[in-house]
Amino acid sequence: MSDPNEILKGLYDETLVGNAPRVLELTEEGLAAGMEPQSLLFEALIPSLEEVGARFERGDFFVPEMLIAGRAMAGAMERLRPLLAETGVETVGTFLMGTVKGDVHDIGKNLVNIMLEGAGFEVIDLGVQVAPEKFIAAIEEHKPDIVGFSAFLTTTMPMFKANMNALEKAGLRDQVIVMVGGAPVTQEYADAVGADGYAADASACVKRAKDLIEQKRAKVPA
Amino acid sequence: MSAAYDGEPLHTVLRSPSKEVTIGHDQRFCLIGERINPTGRRIFQEQLRAGDMSAIERDVKAQVEGGADVLDVNMGVPLTDEPDLLAKAIQLVQSLTDLPICIDSSVVEALEAGLSVYQGRALVNSITAEDDRMEAILPLVKKYDAAVIALPNDADEIPMEADKRLALTEKIVRVATEEYGIAKADIVIDPLAMPIGADTSTALVTMETMRRIRDEHGLNMTCGASNTSFGMPDRHTLGAAWLPMAMTQGLTCAIMDARSPQIVEAVKAADVFMNHDEWGMAWISAHRAKAAATA
Repeated sequence: MSDPNEILKGLYDETLVGNAPRVLELTEEGLAAGMEPQSLLFEALIPSLEEVGARFERGDFFVPEMLIAGRAMAGAMERLRPLLAETGVETVGTFLMGTVKGDVHDIGKNLVNIMLEGAGFEVIDLGVQVAPEKFIAAIEEHKPDIVGFSAFLTTTMPMFKANMNALEKAGLRDQVIVMVGGAPVTQEYADAVGADGYAADASACVKRAKDLIEQKRAKVPA
Repeated sequence: MSAAYDGEPLHTVLRSPSKEVTIGHDQRFCLIGERINPTGRRIFQEQLRAGDMSAIERDVKAQVEGGADVLDVNMGVPLTDEPDLLAKAIQLVQSLTDLPICIDSSVVEALEAGLSVYQGRALVNSITAEDDRMEAILPLVKKYDAAVIALPNDADEIPMEADKRLALTEKIVRVATEEYGIAKADIVIDPLAMPIGADTSTALVTMETMRRIRDEHGLNMTCGASNTSFGMPDRHTLGAAWLPMAMTQGLTCAIMDARSPQIVEAVKAADVFMNHDEWGMAWISAHRAKAAATA
């Protein structure tokens, strides 16, 4: 298959059903046929993941389907990322993510990661049980636009505040947007700890993250 | 190493002032009703913050009517005084029902506040294999003569291999019995049932873990049953299949929503097949009660 439209359609369809080997094959075929990496990304992979998110939100798709679609996309991204960097395509933004110290829950965080990557963010995932000092070191290293703290327990939510304090102390608070989320987290709680943004679910997080980045960029004088 | 298991069934006995519930491998499955918990329920949280506890009354009624043997009570509301709230909730629940209570919090002070007002012999939910959790909570379990749920994970990870979960279980038993004088029968292990929706390969690891904890240590086991079907459609059907499977591997109780007749009936049916309901008399009388109610 070397017809670009067929390749794009194939990539879209196979990502939607989470067929990782086929998505990688089609990515290779597309590149071999001389297609641009950004075309594969923006005309097939991202729209497909957006559709996955929309179906999940409607209750038509379930967690495993979202996970395998995300995995299929991640496989293609591994191949495309260096090429996209070469061609100077800008990511929407960089999102540093982690589940707070004391908390090992990661399903929700992983779903958010999938939706962020699907929307064109570069996601750096620090995993679970991330201590404040580890967040700080990673922020200094990667200089992300946004850092996201995830907590699934009412008892680990106070780590948000501990992380915020660590940011202040390191003098990084103004350099990064802070988002918080997780099952027990509310807008009220996000406000109480001084976070910049909160979202109740993965797709709301993508919208909120994009808005926050736009607001921040608008503030910076050109 | 703790002493080898001699095959005698271990009985975890819970009490309210007027009722005793025994959890054991030779007993009928114990349903721990889970709904008295505001996590993820925004309206309930707001009511609790405003001091309105009327929803608890409704939830207790629904769990009792659904067939719960024990009630899990959790008052984890952010930005509140959880110890005070949990103590009040426990007193309220005890005024509404004679079922024993599983006191559920990860806040040590809340567990202590709950234990100090509880009348009877409670189940504490929960500790892990982390030293600081055991150091903080096991003395309370001993002081108030309670039983305790323990999760075989530590600060580093939720182990995905049965061997590691067994090793952490052994650590918990050793520390609880040797350092705090808690009876082995009063340790209920939660073998860590993970959501099937996140990884379909994990359920068999949990089954293996349960089988080995039963055969090698004879300990009672519980789990958060609803967690297993998270992210999947038709969750009641999955729960109704998973629980009887887990029962054959050694699960003796579960924190679950007693409002689902499908799941509750699956458990009661499994009790008959496991010979924990002699001549199926409990099954038959439940059938009669149902028939009478619809007549």
